[in-house]
Amino acid sequence: MSDLVIQIRELTREYVMGADRVHALRGVTLQIQRNEYVAIMGPSGSGKSTMMNILGCLDTPSAGEYWLNGQEVSRMVDDALARVRNREIGFVFQTFNLLPRATALENVELPLIYAGVSSKARRERAVSALQRVGLGDRIGHRPNELSGGQRQRVAIARALVNRPSILLADEPTGNLDSATSEEIMRVFGELHRQGQTVILVTHEADIAARANRVVVLRDGQLASDRLQPDRAAA
Amino acid sequence: MHFFEAVRMALRTIVTQKLKSFFSLLGVLVGVTFLIAVVSIVQGMNVYMEDKFANRLIGLNTFQLRRMPNIQTGDTPEETWREWQRRPRVTYADADYIETRLHTPALFSRFCSERLRVAYGSKSAKGIDIAGADAAYFQIKNYDLASGRPFTPQEVQAGTPVVVIGDLLAEKLFEGVDPIGKPLLIEGLPYRVVGVVEKQGTLFGISMDKFAVTPFNAPVRSRICAWNTLDEFHVQAANPASMVAAMDEVEAMMRIRRQLKPGQRSNFYLQTAEAALEGWHKIAAILFMALPGLVAISLVVGGIVIMNIMLMAVAERTREIGIRKALGAKRRDILAQFVVESATLSTVGAALGIGLGILLAFAVKAATPLPAAVAPWSVGVGVVLGIAVGMGAGIYPASRASRLDPITALRAE
Ligand SMILES: Nc1ncnc2c1ncn2[C@@H]1O[C@H](COP(=O)(O)OP(=O)(O)O)[C@@H](O)[C@H]1O
Ligand SMILES: [Mg+2]
Repeated sequence: MSDLVIQIRELTREYVMGADRVHALRGVTLQIQRNEYVAIMGPSGSGKSTMMNILGCLDTPSAGEYWLNGQEVSRMVDDALARVRNREIGFVFQTFNLLPRATALENVELPLIYAGVSSKARRERAVSALQRVGLGDRIGHRPNELSGGQRQRVAIARALVNRPSILLADEPTGNLDSATSEEIMRVFGELHRQGQTVILVTHEADIAARANRVVVLRDGQLASDRLQPDRAAA
Repeated sequence: MHFFEAVRMALRTIVTQKLKSFFSLLGVLVGVTFLIAVVSIVQGMNVYMEDKFANRLIGLNTFQLRRMPNIQTGDTPEETWREWQRRPRVTYADADYIETRLHTPALFSRFCSERLRVAYGSKSAKGIDIAGADAAYFQIKNYDLASGRPFTPQEVQAGTPVVVIGDLLAEKLFEGVDPIGKPLLIEGLPYRVVGVVEKQGTLFGISMDKFAVTPFNAPVRSRICAWNTLDEFHVQAANPASMVAAMDEVEAMMRIRRQLKPGQRSNFYLQTAEAALEGWHKIAAILFMALPGLVAISLVVGGIVIMNIMLMAVAERTREIGIRKALGAKRRDILAQFVVESATLSTVGAALGIGLGILLAFAVKAATPLPAAVAPWSVGVGVVLGIAVGMGAGIYPASRASRLDPITALRAE
């Protein structure tokens, strides 16, 4: 198998709003290698989230192809997509999306429950994922007992726990102050250094600057795609 | 996903939303409470009627040859009543004939009774049931003696004026004295008390201890029944099967003795405990027929309430569903989660209903003489119904939840 993790060709996504058609993505072609750290930028409404949702198998394209690890995901439906989401993808949302009544540990265990992991192994893996993001001492806390940065770290631990081939994050620092953003970005940087493929959406240049590749979308099309080899080592 | 995981999740939701959960399972609770309570009360009533009522009134595996029924259940038409009145009475000869010829082993007792006056010293009592019977009567009625002895076949034969009295009589007339050996006047005739029957208690609030039994041939017989006739001839078999056999034999013998043609109705009556229970069985049958309907109504209402609660839960937890789907929950995982949650909710309702039903049954037991025993099968049915109603009510909301699009669900607030 090559080191190509993501391959998308002429990816299109249209939303039908009554008589109108919104072209959120108009034919995007892109390849991402294993252990790349990609920042997706672009003005609001340019199709960043739409693309992330398709990459995260939460949504399917109207046309075009999406290959993930050699599987054509764009042809899959429902349960097959759920399986890919569970095994291949870790998704971090701007709004954390934690279950409010569940503890940090229980939140991190969720993907493992759907993967059919036994409760003992589940607990061990969830604890170690929480330790990886520096929350080993907060496993019994509920989201409302945690700060924004801690919540996002729980979400990252949850995204990592199934050892996904890609870690997706749609504006993960959008709801955080700059100091906390810095803390979260350090986590992503560390994960990338450990070999994780990371794709994150941001519209802050200093955040994008940490990535080794920046993809810019404009009106649902690829406006630019440049490598930042100097940053890759940083 | 694991079943227990889903149950645990459901229980946690129930615990965190106690009040709402309680109201949502009220319907199932009421239905199951009803089921448990009614079944245990009716069954308790059954035990009571059979053990305490019929068997005590008539005797176990016993039937009585009579001119006509005397334990009446329901209305008797005028015409039937007149036909009964025209029937010949049972005679000594009938009793002798049956006793000497019956193949089925049995105990026999002639029986007559009348309400008469008794007196001891200056104390007297009216309206006491004075029976004339054979010695086997004590065995047939399962009378144990608290003191003294029953009378003997020889005393019956000789017509010795001895008497065995009930507990209430012993208490009222012989207050503070041992009645054994004391003289008792029955309608002015002198008797001697030889035994006291153990306290029988009450039946529907009526004392069963206000009686005295004398040997059939004793002097007072002439005041109890007309010469040569009997009120009843008691026959007790060893078990229900031989009782049926004995009844067939007696039926055939009596028909021959009375020269009845085939097809002609018998002009005598064999009274059994079963006959005494007929009226009760009718009531029990109506209750048992109405019960499923009433339970079904509460369960359907309970099911509808649970379904609505689950639809609300799905609406409120759309985002949770989105999160779960985003993390890899398949349709069937979400479906199972909500069906199990609904079934758990309903089963908790059923469990509370079972508890409450048992409590009600015990309350009835404490407040009345009914031995309201909880029927294990009704508990089983309650649990099964609880689970079934919950699953039935949960399927539609759960399938709606399982079909939600993850992105749309995640965007819900
Ligand atoms: N569910 C939807 N229905 C209709 N239009 C949508 C929907 N989601 C996104 N859009 C539209 O698609 C375009 C791209 O949106 P999005 O991918 O969210 O942009 P970004 O994340 O870059 O701000 C926008 O014009 C937006 O209004
Ligand atoms: Mg966006």
